[in-house]
Amino acid sequence: MSAARDGERIFIKGNEAVAHGALAAGCRCYFGYPITPQNDIPELLSSLIPEAGGEFVQAESEVAAANMLLGSAACGVRAFTSSSSPGISLMQEAISYMAGSELPGVIVNMVRGGPGLGDIGPSQGDYFQAVKGGGHGDYRLFVLAPATCQEAYDHMIEAFHLAFKYRNPVMVLGDAILGQMKEPVTAWTPRLGDSLSHDDTEGAEWRLEGSANRPARLLKSLHLEEGALATHNKKLVAKYKEMEQEVRAEECLCEDAELIVAAFGSIGRIVKSTVRHLRDKGHKVGLFRPITLFPFPTARLEAMAVEGKRFLTIEHNTGQMVEDVRLAIRHHADSAFHGCMPGDLPSPDDFVHPILNVLEGK
Amino acid sequence: MAEAVIEKEAFVLPENLADRGSHYCPGCHHGIAHRLVAECLSELGLVDNTICVSSIGCSVFIYNYILMDTIEAPHGRAPAVATGVKRARKDKFVFTYQGDGDLASIGLAESVHCANRGEKISVVFVNNTVYGMTGGQMAPTTMIGQKTTTCPGGRCEDREGSPMKMAELMASLGGTAYSARVATNNMKNIVAAKKAVMKAFRCQTEGRGFGFVELLSACPTNWRMSPVAANERVEKEMIPYFPLGTYKDFE
Ligand SMILES: Cc1ncc(C[n+]2csc(CCOP(=O)(O)OP(=O)(O)O)c2C)c(N)n1
Ligand code: SF4
Repeated sequence: MSAARDGERIFIKGNEAVAHGALAAGCRCYFGYPITPQNDIPELLSSLIPEAGGEFVQAESEVAAANMLLGSAACGVRAFTSSSSPGISLMQEAISYMAGSELPGVIVNMVRGGPGLGDIGPSQGDYFQAVKGGGHGDYRLFVLAPATCQEAYDHMIEAFHLAFKYRNPVMVLGDAILGQMKEPVTAWTPRLGDSLSHDDTEGAEWRLEGSANRPARLLKSLHLEEGALATHNKKLVAKYKEMEQEVRAEECLCEDAELIVAAFGSIGRIVKSTVRHLRDKGHKVGLFRPITLFPFPTARLEAMAVEGKRFLTIEHNTGQMVEDVRLAIRHHADSAFHGCMPGDLPSPDDFVHPILNVLEGK
Repeated sequence: MAEAVIEKEAFVLPENLADRGSHYCPGCHHGIAHRLVAECLSELGLVDNTICVSSIGCSVFIYNYILMDTIEAPHGRAPAVATGVKRARKDKFVFTYQGDGDLASIGLAESVHCANRGEKISVVFVNNTVYGMTGGQMAPTTMIGQKTTTCPGGRCEDREGSPMKMAELMASLGGTAYSARVATNNMKNIVAAKKAVMKAFRCQTEGRGFGFVELLSACPTNWRMSPVAANERVEKEMIPYFPLGTYKDFE
């Protein structure tokens, strides 16, 4: 496979869409370590990135891969790594350092079933790890959750934009369904001058490049002087607050719905089919699919709770995002929960009864 | 009439070394190592074009002394961070500065693989046979019989293995172009140490590959010794086990 041309319609897997999207975003360094179900990403980039004049390194471990990302990010270069659950756990130390040192980088997690080695089937079991910090210390990642191969492509472009805009690591949280699913994707490249494009001056005010004609720069996360860490953490908190302006969610048939089903990523997409099917039968249900998992679309959910809507959260885990849904609507409503087990592959039919049960108050 | 005294300045502050007091303990060799690094970078004309990767341990504050663009790496990961830096900016001179706990213990995989890939970076490895910053625990380089807070009866080969010889190990890897062990315990050794640091750096500037230099150094505080006794220990105990010399060379 070669790099996609603008406007070209390509039939690719979600993993391949991630790789193509990253290239279109101007990513020039990739570091990774093999793990199923995301191996298509490094396999594709091992030829595409060098062709694009960039660097591909198969690291000796995810620990090393994430630290290579940290190094490239410190140079203000667009770089990313990808892995799946156990590998992402190994990356957490570097991700925490990146958050602490305010470095922009993209991490893709094609989640598989856990805990531990689990299996290679799909899961959303890493929601907590992604949106609640994951590594040590008090920090947040920007987390985007694509539901289609096109979104996997688009989210990579957005992820790099957000990473540099906020000088923060961004995670694209997919799963084994998205990674292995194949569908048509329209390739595109952000045009120079677009809000999503970048130029050679990106990061020029902080990146490391040798200290010719200016004082030396230091990128670090250590703050030992009295009060220095508190000041730094306050700055980070303010940044996380500012990120809320980027909050995004898909709403489908929500307006007149009695029951809102909240679901993200691949499960959001499967639930959408169920919701449409139930609508055809006259049931007033709608889908609310958070696209940014952090920052979470709290205000929008609360507004729907104020309108008197009821809620059901469906996830591919034993109950994680439901905590954020409940937090958002807690003054006005509660959310029921239906979880499908990590590793299983659910179909739209599997969600009919769970939704109807809540709708009918059973 | 008194004889005219001719004063000659023995030490000129290199342009990239900060003129400030040191936080290191009296007799610590990190200060000597910093100076060697600063002098070599300065003499090679690299000051404006260098990215330093600092690590964990007493030397984490190298950036307070060597005034250059610096990124702080997690414990042991400096070679991976440096790989990322060098791959992103091939035109920059990149070096890591690491202690024995950092490089030989938690970061052994990163060190070995970085060298084996032949990353065009330079590694300055300060071996003081102990974890300095955390209060004197056993390191992979702690010598047999040496007492530390986690081997209070002395390191025992049966229980804890034998001290790792990093310069030899690094020399055995394909991507390593230069590997040497020197010491910083007396003037003669320091002069030789500077030559080795210079060569490890030239490895990179000449595009030869990975350059590694191990400096046998003292940690008087955690050895519970005076600075003078510590220097003697380097000579009498360390050098016989960790022989000085060049283990791999490109010339
Ligand atoms: C992941 C992690 N584990 C442990 C530590 C604690 N720690 C800080 S410095 C250090 C040892 C450093 O020893 P060495 O590399 O020999 O450097 P020295 O202090 O002797 O110069 C350790 C274990 C840490 N910072 N990070
Ligand atoms: S504890 Fe040891 S290595 Fe650390 S500053 Fe003191 S003498 Fe140097």
